[in-house]
Amino acid sequence: MAPDGHGTNGFKVVGTRPNRPDGVDKVTGRAKFGADAAAPGMLHAAIVRSPHAHAKILKIDSAKAEAMKGVKAVVTRADFAEGLTGENWNILENVMASDTALYDGHAVAAVAASTPLAARDAAKLIEVEYELLPHVTDVDKAMGSGAPVIRTGAADKSVPEGMHPNVVRYHESGHGDVEKGFAEADLVLEDSFKTEATHQGYIEPHACLAQLGPDGKGEVWCCTQGHFNVQKVCAALVGTDASQLRVTPSEIGGGFGGKTVVFIEPVALALSRKANRPVKLVMSRSEVFRATGPTASTSMDIKIGMTRDGKITAAQGVFRLQGGAFPGAPMEFTAMCAFAPYALENVHQVGYDVMSNRPKQAAYRAPGSPMAAFAVESVVDQLCNELDLDPIEVRLKNASKEGTKASFGPKFDRIGLVETLEAAKAHPHHKAPLAEGQGRGISCGFWFNHGGETAVSLALSEDGTVSLSVGTPDIGGSRASMGQMAAEELGIPYEKIRTTVADTATLGYNEISHGSRVTYASGLATIQAARDTVQKLCARAAAKWGIDEDAVVWEDGCAKPSGPNAGEFEPLPLARIARSMGRTGGPIVGHFEATPEGAGVSFATHIVDAEVDKETGQTKVVRYTVVQDAGKAIHPTYVEGQFQGGAAQGIGWALNEEYIYGEDGRLQNSLFLDYRIPVASDLPMIDTVIVEVPNPGHPYGVRGVGETSICPPLAAIANAVSNAAGVRLKELPMSPPRILAALAAQADG
Amino acid sequence: MQYHTPGSFDDAATIAAKAEGVTRFLAGGTDVLVQLRADMVTPDVLIDIKHIDGVSDIAREDGGWRIGVAVTGAEMTEHPELDKEWPGVVEAMDLIGSTQIQGRATLVGNLCNGSPAADSVPAMIAAGASVSVVGPDGSRTIKVEDVPTGPGRTSLEKGEVVSAVHLPARGDNGGDAYLRFIPRTEMDIAVVGCGVNLRLDGDRVAEARVSLGAVAPTVLLVEEAAQAVIGTTLDAAALEALSAAASAACKPINDKRGTIEFRTHVAGVLAKRAAKIAYDRAGGAK
Ligand SMILES: Cc1cc2nc3c(=O)[nH]c(=O)nc-3n(C[C@H](O)[C@H](O)[C@H](O)COP(=O)(O)OP(=O)(O)OC[C@H]3O[C@@H](n4cnc5c(N)ncnc54)[C@H](O)[C@@H]3O)c2cc1C
Repeated sequence: MAPDGHGTNGFKVVGTRPNRPDGVDKVTGRAKFGADAAAPGMLHAAIVRSPHAHAKILKIDSAKAEAMKGVKAVVTRADFAEGLTGENWNILENVMASDTALYDGHAVAAVAASTPLAARDAAKLIEVEYELLPHVTDVDKAMGSGAPVIRTGAADKSVPEGMHPNVVRYHESGHGDVEKGFAEADLVLEDSFKTEATHQGYIEPHACLAQLGPDGKGEVWCCTQGHFNVQKVCAALVGTDASQLRVTPSEIGGGFGGKTVVFIEPVALALSRKANRPVKLVMSRSEVFRATGPTASTSMDIKIGMTRDGKITAAQGVFRLQGGAFPGAPMEFTAMCAFAPYALENVHQVGYDVMSNRPKQAAYRAPGSPMAAFAVESVVDQLCNELDLDPIEVRLKNASKEGTKASFGPKFDRIGLVETLEAAKAHPHHKAPLAEGQGRGISCGFWFNHGGETAVSLALSEDGTVSLSVGTPDIGGSRASMGQMAAEELGIPYEKIRTTVADTATLGYNEISHGSRVTYASGLATIQAARDTVQKLCARAAAKWGIDEDAVVWEDGCAKPSGPNAGEFEPLPLARIARSMGRTGGPIVGHFEATPEGAGVSFATHIVDAEVDKETGQTKVVRYTVVQDAGKAIHPTYVEGQFQGGAAQGIGWALNEEYIYGEDGRLQNSLFLDYRIPVASDLPMIDTVIVEVPNPGHPYGVRGVGETSICPPLAAIANAVSNAAGVRLKELPMSPPRILAALAAQADG
Repeated sequence: MQYHTPGSFDDAATIAAKAEGVTRFLAGGTDVLVQLRADMVTPDVLIDIKHIDGVSDIAREDGGWRIGVAVTGAEMTEHPELDKEWPGVVEAMDLIGSTQIQGRATLVGNLCNGSPAADSVPAMIAAGASVSVVGPDGSRTIKVEDVPTGPGRTSLEKGEVVSAVHLPARGDNGGDAYLRFIPRTEMDIAVVGCGVNLRLDGDRVAEARVSLGAVAPTVLLVEEAAQAVIGTTLDAAALEALSAAASAACKPINDKRGTIEFRTHVAGVLAKRAAKIAYDRAGGAK
């Protein structure tokens, strides 16, 4: 394991591994998740969903349902706000269809009744008359001539003339002259790749409890990655003031990007307003698969030129992403991340955002980047094989460094790609012998990371303990790392701090917990709020001692005179100042609000060994090592957990997970039985190496780690499987039938 | 929904014969209750057979075994002798689901649910197992291979209930094995399953039964595959012939779990692999 900074930078708490504050609640079942919320008089809701991929809604007849005992309200699109535009219109259209059902599972009506069973039975009694329309679910077909149009006029100005109306956004970036670069290469390889849509697979389905009165005042309790966003969007969709809607987030049973989106909360609110009772709405697993936000599926063409000694002379990529029946597939991220690990003179990338009859895609850890790495790193691996070059040396030779002009435009600041490659090279895994039937794969991966609007408040209690309030739901251990950063600044033990994810009425606006931003941005805000608190503590000491505020310093949890000139006073510990704060000026609260913009980008290098049974096409991942730059690991165990989680989800995506649509455009595998995420026995122990190249944009050097870890796995596993099977796999997932088919095609020549 | 707990198979059969609407027997409930919760099948009449005497017993019978209709997978795995005589049947049942499912799931439920991918069924067919059935017009015995008639369908008449599973006497120099293919390591439905049961005479195969699951509308007993190994020492040529015969018998479909080509090919691979294990267990030297 590389040095992870334990005590090396003079930190006392940061870099240690204290117990997680939510641990006991979670293992004893005391933790309250989305579906655990309850209120007196609460009703239960069920949503009626389209069984068709594409259909005009001719009529919705809810008379029979409304006549049923226990049924209190039915809502359709008519019960939501009118006149919305832009993204709010898109969200509402996805939350409740207006005149057309755009995908299998699209909500068309909802009902609230006194019990969950009554609601389910009533939903079956709501009669919807449809007129079937032609549908399309494949990205290449959706942009091909003759494809049914999902919605005319959805394209923005970026789209070149003459494209199918389903192509709604276009991206182009790069620099240099790729044709000149390809001419300088000794070998140019060109290939095409496809990846299927996958789901984040969080274990907790979406759930909420909502209440909205005739006076427009409301409450929502829900599992979400961003309750301020839920507040903003719900207020718009049901037509009330944002500040009249208080949203409290629950514990969250996984999100990975999929809970950055609003699906059911506005429906529960609309039902509650109609029934004038609190309404609870919990999705089934099948609803989660059919009607939340899986990833985009992709179709990609890559061309790379290399000299005999491994220098990349030019690279070019075309990335087509299908993002469901709405604009928004993250094709610009796919294009921008694709070649980011490489310092290139000539690079060009094009992206297409394509609509089809599928659910609206949502973020899933580093949205768009893993697919790009799969395509690009597969071609780089093939070049290494054909030119007989070491894959790590080739990556080192071409690696982006501080000052490199990135493939997507700006110059890189201090980055740690080379350090991850060097650490991978030095790891025993890199040189370990392979057994018969095994292959090794290497890949790099890149993610931007993000800052975003952030507000934090830190209040002292009279007993010298601290309440830290953050506005970013804890999806990866952030309550622990925030507590550690506050403890570090205040000089008090970690156990004296309780970190709470506060509701929307308590703090200023906080952007969603996404973009690997929380430890960076909420962490930065926590440090600044703690420093604000320290300043106030020093002022109280100065007043007590009758000296200047700037003659007081804060050390080891105490106010001290800054030097002999300041006078001789006994150090004042935090608890002593807190005890008397009511008499010395009132409550002491530190806070910080900002939109920090120094989120450092992050790179990773993964090494994978896979074994392929050539008779059945079955793959076993036998060894896996993640090397990633964390900038500074606040709580190394959580960082390692993020690394391992990214690898585990990547293994599922690479090998077996996929959205399978039938000829009828319906999703065939909307249960975990046939949507095959890895089970524990499918995974090897995933080894981790934390590299720490500090991010200049954070006081402690933190870079987000949650997303980069899923960027390399698809490619690293594809390279391992291709090297083991002796045939290049170009389509994900590499399920056993696909591997056998590739082997058969190779045998047929 | 009506819920009955009869104290005898005759009572169970009488209730079932008179029942109106969708009727299900409740053994472990790992299919019935899951289908109910998933809104796939909502029974009007549910007949719990676990209150009938002897349904949880595994007993000696004519040198073989009589297995009660409520005996769970876990009870079969933990039985001290069953596994020594019919390891293929026990390992097939043991593959079903998880630890929790193993505490409920039964052989008869697996059979009567009628899935062509049911894991214990090819193993039972290879073993030559049969079931006793009680109905309004008396009792009969049916070979396991004659029970399934199509996906979700069986040859049981209205009012008929299975009262026990019978495994024949193992005898000398015999061995059985079951293998299935799933893309993961557990918690999955067989894409192909294969049960093989052999009896040796010296190092030659004297008797053989080969059964394939998930490659046709019902689990298959493949006579040609058995003929391919009878009289051989399971040498390379015999294994190739076995594999070809197994693949030739497949009539699979393309679906979310596998393609026609894949299932056909893998059926041949599993037949070879299962035959080798059965041969070893029967005492053949390899
Ligand atoms: C998580 C999970 C994993 C699973 N994994 C597997 C797997 O790996 N392989 C596999 O093959 N299956 C699997 N199954 C399916 C199921 O567990 C098996 O089919 C099991 O053997 C069914 O037995 P049971 O006793 O629970 O049947 P029940 O659900 O009680 O009954 C099933 C059917 O049999 C009928 N039946 C029951 N008893 C009788 C009787 N005495 N006479 C006539 N009809 C009767 C019922 O009417 C019903 O139609 C899984 C199920 C779950 C939930």
